[in-house]
Amino acid sequence: MTTTPRTPRRPRPLRTPRRHAVGIAAAVSAAALLLSACSGGADAADPAASDDAEPVAGGDLSFAITVDSHCIDPQQVGNNDAIAAARQTVASLTAQDPESGEILPWLAESWEVNDDASSYTFHLRDDATFADGTPIDAAAVKTNFDAIVDLGAVASLGSQYLVGYAGTTVVDEDTVRVDFDEPSAQFLQATSTFSLGLLSPDSAKLSAEQRCAGEYVGSGPFAVKSYTQDQEIVLEKVKGYAWGSAANAHTGEAYLDTVTFTVIPEASVRTGSLQSGQIDATAALNAVDVPQFDGNGFWLSYRANPGVVFNLFPNESSPLASDEAVRTAISKGIDRQQIVDTVLTPQDQPATGVLSHSTPLFEGADDLLAYDPDGAEKILDDAGWVPGSDGIREKDGRRLSTTVTFWQVPEPLELVQQQLRQIGVDLQLKHVTVAESEAAKESGDFDFDYYNLTRSDADVLRTIFSANARNINQRDPEEVDRLLDDSAAATDPKQRQKLVTEASRLLLERGHAIPVYELSTTIAAADRVHGLGFEASSRLDFYDAWVTDGAGA
Amino acid sequence: MTRYLLRRVGQGIFVLWAAFTIAFFVLYLLPSDPAALIASGGGEVSQVDPAQLAALRAEYGLDRPLLVQYGDALLAALTGDLGTSYVSGASATSMVAQALPETLKLTGAALVLAVVGGTAVAVASVFPRARFLRQALSALPPLGVALPTFFVGLVLLQWFSFRVPVFPAIGNEGAVSLVLPTITLAVPAGAQLAQILSRSLRGTLGEPYVETAWAKGASRTRVHLAHALRNAAIPAFTVLGVMVGGLLGGAVVTETVFSRVGLGRLTVQSVNQQDVPVVLAVVVLSALVFVVVTLVVDLVYPLLDPRIQLRAERRSPSPRTATLRPDEVTA
Repeated sequence: MTTTPRTPRRPRPLRTPRRHAVGIAAAVSAAALLLSACSGGADAADPAASDDAEPVAGGDLSFAITVDSHCIDPQQVGNNDAIAAARQTVASLTAQDPESGEILPWLAESWEVNDDASSYTFHLRDDATFADGTPIDAAAVKTNFDAIVDLGAVASLGSQYLVGYAGTTVVDEDTVRVDFDEPSAQFLQATSTFSLGLLSPDSAKLSAEQRCAGEYVGSGPFAVKSYTQDQEIVLEKVKGYAWGSAANAHTGEAYLDTVTFTVIPEASVRTGSLQSGQIDATAALNAVDVPQFDGNGFWLSYRANPGVVFNLFPNESSPLASDEAVRTAISKGIDRQQIVDTVLTPQDQPATGVLSHSTPLFEGADDLLAYDPDGAEKILDDAGWVPGSDGIREKDGRRLSTTVTFWQVPEPLELVQQQLRQIGVDLQLKHVTVAESEAAKESGDFDFDYYNLTRSDADVLRTIFSANARNINQRDPEEVDRLLDDSAAATDPKQRQKLVTEASRLLLERGHAIPVYELSTTIAAADRVHGLGFEASSRLDFYDAWVTDGAGA
Repeated sequence: MTRYLLRRVGQGIFVLWAAFTIAFFVLYLLPSDPAALIASGGGEVSQVDPAQLAALRAEYGLDRPLLVQYGDALLAALTGDLGTSYVSGASATSMVAQALPETLKLTGAALVLAVVGGTAVAVASVFPRARFLRQALSALPPLGVALPTFFVGLVLLQWFSFRVPVFPAIGNEGAVSLVLPTITLAVPAGAQLAQILSRSLRGTLGEPYVETAWAKGASRTRVHLAHALRNAAIPAFTVLGVMVGGLLGGAVVTETVFSRVGLGRLTVQSVNQQDVPVVLAVVVLSALVFVVVTLVVDLVYPLLDPRIQLRAERRSPSPRTATLRPDEVTA
């Protein structure tokens, strides 16, 4: 065994608060499927105490995912389920500490960034290899980055991280320099993501199709053993892997022999399969089913996804959303705590800023997001919006009735709709398919858009809001854009923090962003599973995971 | 007979073309942008450079006029090439071919179970002397038709996989994984068949020729199975073609509930991702299956009842009405 356990860096998974809700199977099977019955609060001793125990190598783990998006190439995928599998097959230049957000060494032992964050020099460790034994050298890094830029839109995440890419220079065998035409402070964090994870140079020559089918050779602790479309992705551990990142608890080979990602589209079947031991873990349970896995031979672990939280994004080129009074009133008229308490789970949290609290450089802005219906009404009164006969406000014969276009679960917005009605705002919900929502985004045909975006770097703010980037608000440039654009060039953490905080507050004050709640990912696993956790981007990390009966199995 | 066959094959080709054309335009008229979907990688919102999106559109030929795209797709389809998946880049035909065997296994098994089970229930609902038994058994088919496939599947899973771990809840491995899905899929089809067959049996059993059989001293079993069943089978046989279509449709729900690989799952996933070439391939294949099955059913009629002849006459579009409608056989 080449594993070298270190003092675990990662603290125990966050535990859910004590609760009186343990699902018991109802007498009638059908009812059991539809209801989550409640009984006395079982409060098991911390089964995730795994972290204290000595990991053992060996054994297999099966993990349920909801969908196969027909591609598992780390440089192409964008779907959470595909990412869960793809992430394990590639190592990155850097890693990100889930707690501090700090960028740590992985394949690169050290790096330098120039003053305006437009040139990055990485010094690679000299012993790392791809799964087939070819060395990971400077030339391989160059081949990868060049290939991602060539893939273009198909590698949408990776090519977005490489916007402004001027080229990669092989300085010597273990030193590589990446240059940009413009400042790109986000790039260092980007090198820790799966999207810029490294594939062997030979894999870069494969067609997009072959790579989607898992025929690539990666650099991570696991390699693709088999991939059956719509059924399962089987990963096996890479023998001789000895360069675990500084963000992990050990550096040797992965503990698990294999990890099987089983596609189970139906939520109640995932619940039943986990309960009956046909799978070991999943991160895709229905909210009502989650409590029954808190104890009783199971454990839960959850983490808020970093990045931009679920927000209402006003399209300020549309008549109503262009009115700042309307935007700020809507933000004050939303009772975020009530949304979490009423329609979400204890694992979810109300938004306390445009960014979620697990994002590096996050600073809470609770003062700007307090529920203040009176304040909201005053703003609307002052702006000349007066209540009409049905309680909905009017101004110059126009009703204060607007529309949000979205595909996500509708419950939170249904509650927002009720809350806004009380301040005289009529929010119509337009629930569409993902495809239609993408089309609406692109054509700009919406009043309010609604989504979240996971990214463990504050630059996500700039990419969404800056008038010089995506410009989700479709507005003219103003003060906030200067702050956002400057933050892309800021290498000094203090300076960057200041710019990000100021920009976030300005976005909230002007009503360019109307945050609702933070998305979180919850792992539910059987007690035999240990060490399964999250990396900084709240993506799953199977590298430190092990199973109790592994050695004997 | 040859003329009849030729005409039917011609009709079949027309059906295939119509299915292809309608599906093509419906899919392209949906309010979505395939290029944006490809770029999103099936994930959260993408923020792709418009120039890159344009390049992607050009690469997939999505920037050409709709009719040009249609013409090219149709020409390619004639040579058996239904394009490549927008998502995985694999050929749509190969993706469908990969999923098809699993669905054929499932629907084949379900068809056999539905025919055997449906016939057994139908006969059992007219055979017993005890009236209450006949009534009780007659209530089964409407119940089976009324139960949603989704519900049946979940109940079976709950009892025979989650509580009593007899069968696996997920996957395609081995015959044992086929048991619960087959039952789930066969219930509505078998019930439909039983409903038609038992009604037809009750009618047939009142026919004079059955009286004659009784009078000649034929046994109860012989009257029911040898004399009545064969004639009563024709209306039930007519729905068989429709039933195969229904089973293919039912596979969508069944494969989803049981996490089985197959055509149904591929359809759902491809529709969600607006993977147009794959959806088109599925539609064309389903239409092909339907055309073939209905043709086979029609060719088998004369074997069931020699009075039915197949002719290719212009004024009588259905071969059945050409001579004798199945429901007139016993008139």
